[in-house]
Amino acid sequence: MSEGISQPDKPETLEGDSRDLFSKFDDLIAMREGLLATGQEDPFNLVMEKVLSPTRAICNGRDTILLGTYNYMGMTFDPDVVEAGKQALDDFGSGTTGSRVLNGTYQGHKECEDALREFYAMDHAMVFSTGYQANLGIISTIAGKGDYIVLDIDSHASIWDGCAMGKAEVVPFKHNDLEAMEKRLRRIPEGAGKLVVLEGVYSMLGDIAPLKEMVAVAKKYGAMVLVDEAHSMGFIGEHGRGVCEQAGVIDDVDFIIGTFSKSVGTVGGFCVSNHPKFEIMRLVCRPYVFTASLPPSVVATAATSIRKLMRGSNKRAHLWENSKRLHGGLKDLGFQLGTEEPQSAIVAVIMPDLEKGAAMWEALLKEGLYVNLARPPATPANMTLLRCSLCAEHSEEEVETILGMFERAGNAVGII
Amino acid sequence: MDRAETDQTIRRLIEPFNKKRVAITDATTFAGDLEFDSLTVMDFVAAIEDDFDVIISMNQQAEIETYGQLVDAVHKLQADR
Repeated sequence: MSEGISQPDKPETLEGDSRDLFSKFDDLIAMREGLLATGQEDPFNLVMEKVLSPTRAICNGRDTILLGTYNYMGMTFDPDVVEAGKQALDDFGSGTTGSRVLNGTYQGHKECEDALREFYAMDHAMVFSTGYQANLGIISTIAGKGDYIVLDIDSHASIWDGCAMGKAEVVPFKHNDLEAMEKRLRRIPEGAGKLVVLEGVYSMLGDIAPLKEMVAVAKKYGAMVLVDEAHSMGFIGEHGRGVCEQAGVIDDVDFIIGTFSKSVGTVGGFCVSNHPKFEIMRLVCRPYVFTASLPPSVVATAATSIRKLMRGSNKRAHLWENSKRLHGGLKDLGFQLGTEEPQSAIVAVIMPDLEKGAAMWEALLKEGLYVNLARPPATPANMTLLRCSLCAEHSEEEVETILGMFERAGNAVGII
Repeated sequence: MDRAETDQTIRRLIEPFNKKRVAITDATTFAGDLEFDSLTVMDFVAAIEDDFDVIISMNQQAEIETYGQLVDAVHKLQADR
């Protein structure tokens, strides 16, 4: 029973020293405050007041070209996709209020999984509420205590979290190092279950994995292979199935993980597989079971978008042209880039340090360009990066405008 | 290989990573005394794994805080092989 208005019932005297559970964040809080005290615009608190197209928005009051949204194929404003979403809202309502295994599987979820099976030409497809949950769920469910997961050290957080949740023995190897991977596979005790986890495109530097060689080595040691193709779907490979298609090893990959939040242009995640027992995952995978399914409008937009991506070869060609032009142009201007040659639709510009990186990010924003600022610990080798992700809807002229913005901002900040 | 020999080998392997020339005892900690960051840990663990031909999984690494614990762990891994 409380009579107090400004004071709690129980006096707030902390015993012993005054540390509480939030003390562990003090260093990060101080670093942020230090950065913002210099007048720097907060790179992690940007608001898009209005979105004009897949490539333009009003950000913090400015008309801005978007070059950091992973909206590779520009499907977010596709008229057919938007119409499918509106129709589903009318026909099925705003949400399912239920798990996929209870009341949360609608016609749209099945149609979305049908579209994925067709897109990848695989037997099974399972749709999750996010891409993060797809990795978390599949990895933690198939590799448990006593099993071994061999994975690239630069893997995405959702992969690491899936490993930790499943309690398997986790054995990382140096980024894209085939020999290091093979050594670790060779040392795994006989009889143990083995899973190799790789990504098609690594999102920080935009480089691709040598999947042809890596998948062959994994198979030689009897390991199952899971490839996260989040950043390649719709763009890399003849049918847009990803780096494993381009490398000619898609039939040897046991699981492909993907997301709807990049090329597909909405939100959600999935796993496709040819494993004969795959459907049991629907009953045993906790991040699939214990959460509400995607809203009907989301799966309707996803299914429509996936089907359009099957016929997207012209857009794919234009996106490659954009990637090559931006990469070449930035290199000519004297910027240090994450890869020697463009390998994906991501071009990572390496900054000398966080202060210069944040200043460059702000200078670009004031020019009217949005890119992703990536900083440790999310980045490899503690680098600060400006990550640019191109869109098939960026015009040739827009790419030239972007290069001009980089030149002016780079000179102003003193990076080039 | 007995524990002393394992210790000798690891002492040799740690040298290039011990940038500040910290005097190493069994109680020396990797995060505190040696100030190893995650990248250094990865390279150092790889060097040990390659030399002894063993796996030190991330799960095992999480249990190892001091130099002495590392020598014990590697010694045991070898004995178990």
